[in-house]
Amino acid sequence: MSALAHVPTGSGQPATPPAARSGRYRFLPYLLLLPGAAWLFLFFALPLVQLAAASLYDPSGSLATGYALTWAFGNYPDALQAYWPQFTRSFLYAGMALVLALLMGYPLAYAIAQKAGRWKNLLLVCVVAPMFTSFLVRTLAWKTILSDNGWIVGLLRDVHLLGPDGRLLATPVAVVLGLTYNFLPFLVLPLYASLERLDYRLLEAASDLYASPLRAFRKVTLPLSMPGLVAGTLLFFIPASGDYINAELLGTPKEYMIGNVIDSAFLVRLDYPQGAALSFLLMAAILAVVFGYLRKAGTDEVL
Amino acid sequence: MTAMGHDAPAGDLRLANLTKRFGIFTAVDDLSLTIPQGSFFALLGASGCGKTTTLRMIAGLEAPTSGQVLLGDRDIARLRPYKRPVNTVFQSYALFPHLDIFENVAFGLRRRGIRKVGDQVERMLSLVQLDGYGRRRPAQLSGGQQQRVALARALINHPQVLLLDEPLGALDLKLRRQMQIELKRIQTEVGITFVHVTHDQEEAMTMADTVAVMNAGRIEQLGAPADIYEFPATAFVANFLGQSNLLAAEAAGPAGGEVPVTAHGGRYSVPVGRSRIDHGPVYLGVRPEKLHLVGSADQVPAGHQHVTGVVTDASYVGVSTQYLLRTGWGSELSVFVANSGAAGPLPVGTQAVAYWDPRHAFLLPREPGQDDRTTPVLDEPVGAAS
Repeated sequence: MSALAHVPTGSGQPATPPAARSGRYRFLPYLLLLPGAAWLFLFFALPLVQLAAASLYDPSGSLATGYALTWAFGNYPDALQAYWPQFTRSFLYAGMALVLALLMGYPLAYAIAQKAGRWKNLLLVCVVAPMFTSFLVRTLAWKTILSDNGWIVGLLRDVHLLGPDGRLLATPVAVVLGLTYNFLPFLVLPLYASLERLDYRLLEAASDLYASPLRAFRKVTLPLSMPGLVAGTLLFFIPASGDYINAELLGTPKEYMIGNVIDSAFLVRLDYPQGAALSFLLMAAILAVVFGYLRKAGTDEVL
Repeated sequence: MTAMGHDAPAGDLRLANLTKRFGIFTAVDDLSLTIPQGSFFALLGASGCGKTTTLRMIAGLEAPTSGQVLLGDRDIARLRPYKRPVNTVFQSYALFPHLDIFENVAFGLRRRGIRKVGDQVERMLSLVQLDGYGRRRPAQLSGGQQQRVALARALINHPQVLLLDEPLGALDLKLRRQMQIELKRIQTEVGITFVHVTHDQEEAMTMADTVAVMNAGRIEQLGAPADIYEFPATAFVANFLGQSNLLAAEAAGPAGGEVPVTAHGGRYSVPVGRSRIDHGPVYLGVRPEKLHLVGSADQVPAGHQHVTGVVTDASYVGVSTQYLLRTGWGSELSVFVANSGAAGPLPVGTQAVAYWDPRHAFLLPREPGQDDRTTPVLDEPVGAAS
């Protein structure tokens, strides 16, 4: 082989610097943004402004007489004053459901991700399968499952966990169980995605470095599954705290959450200013909870 | 961990009849060996020979089917890995990606409840020449740096035995040579027993005091690198550790201080002390660099033995030229001739004579019916899993 063959030949052509790209394509990214941005503007930003305006309407107006925008900030304290029990209940129920879902969902996600082997995909389908039927149908099914003459209530009465007239349906227990069930996949799937990427060799290394299985879980598995855990809890908690179907179908007005109140304000009582004010209060409360949580969880991967 | 060692006069690591089966596959077969305290021990073998399984049993990551792992007088074979005074440098390094380098190195100390770790971690980082890297994440480091973190993370615990599972496999050649010297330096400095698993014979020979060559779950030969190389015990070792020209021969018992053999019609002899076997089917072995090439039989010095052949290939590799010499019966012998400038190159096609000093030859047992084994055994690809 001659020495000439090793002289690099491709060096004569300098690479085009990125700044010199043709002007025709400069606006392409913005053009690509346009459909999505227009959609968001029409169906998110505008209605949000409309809702904000509605929350400041004169509360003495009605659909028949029309509303006047009087900047009635008093709508907010009034709404909170009237419905703070439903507010607290929303977050309480959603919180309790979240704890239950974590207790069931973390081991489930872990087992599917790390131990299921060839059953992994089948199990994942099982987690998602209930989503193939409608939310309403699923909740109605729970109504049957928890009904007074169903086998669960019968069993609980037989073992005296429930009194002879005890019931599950139309109790807070039923609502929390319904929330837990309906939103569980939203928690399990992101968690699964995180745990699936966990390298078991890191756990071997931890155990080689004097960490008991429990310590290895706390110091390695848990921190590494944090992005999935944070995403999953948010995806669970946000819709659960705004939900009204479960309280409506499995509970009584005594179990009503803030979603039920907003629902009735808009559709039954036709009190638009109050419904809008409550919606904004719920949004603000959820944002506050989420930001507080993210700050505490301290993961830079989520936001 | 010093409290554990008081009843053990020597902290030797002993494997006694250690066996591991996976289903019907026997990965490690009745293995027994003693690794003296403070030595640098290499387990050398091809992929799947059971060396990594052996290491994992010492670490506690694999439970033996039967047998004992003794550290001093204490059987640790059934202890959970986190209860053993043994640490591992993993092939994949297995650094914790969510912790910075400082916390990675401090991990073992913290798990044992040691609060003040700063000084120790700093000292360990400077031992592996990573001062100032404490606040970085593993992903921000190069392969060689990650390897050193893995080493520091294990060494800081002052284990009685440090296990190294092909720790240099992922590094490029130059860095690997550098790390080999580094590891050897650190081992001499800290005086901990190192058990090093590798498929790279050169790595094993450069670093270890004692090398055990493993094949199919058993140890074929154990000894100092030079001893194994100069006088291998089996044909497998002769070709796994370096390469050898093995000629199928027949021996008829010792005569005087020598064992006469016949191979392909020629008569040769090997000193008794260089014979693993002295009758029946044998291999007559000579290392390629122990063969010398001359033009004709009358140039062979007195007391040497020779075969005649034709040069079929000459590869110039800088420090030496590697010739293939086709013998009258068709086998090709490898001959390495140092490029010392004393003799000119032999062109392909030349008649040549390869001669050797009988004291450099060796006799090994041979299965009846097996022919010459002279084809060079190629090195495994770097980084092959084991």
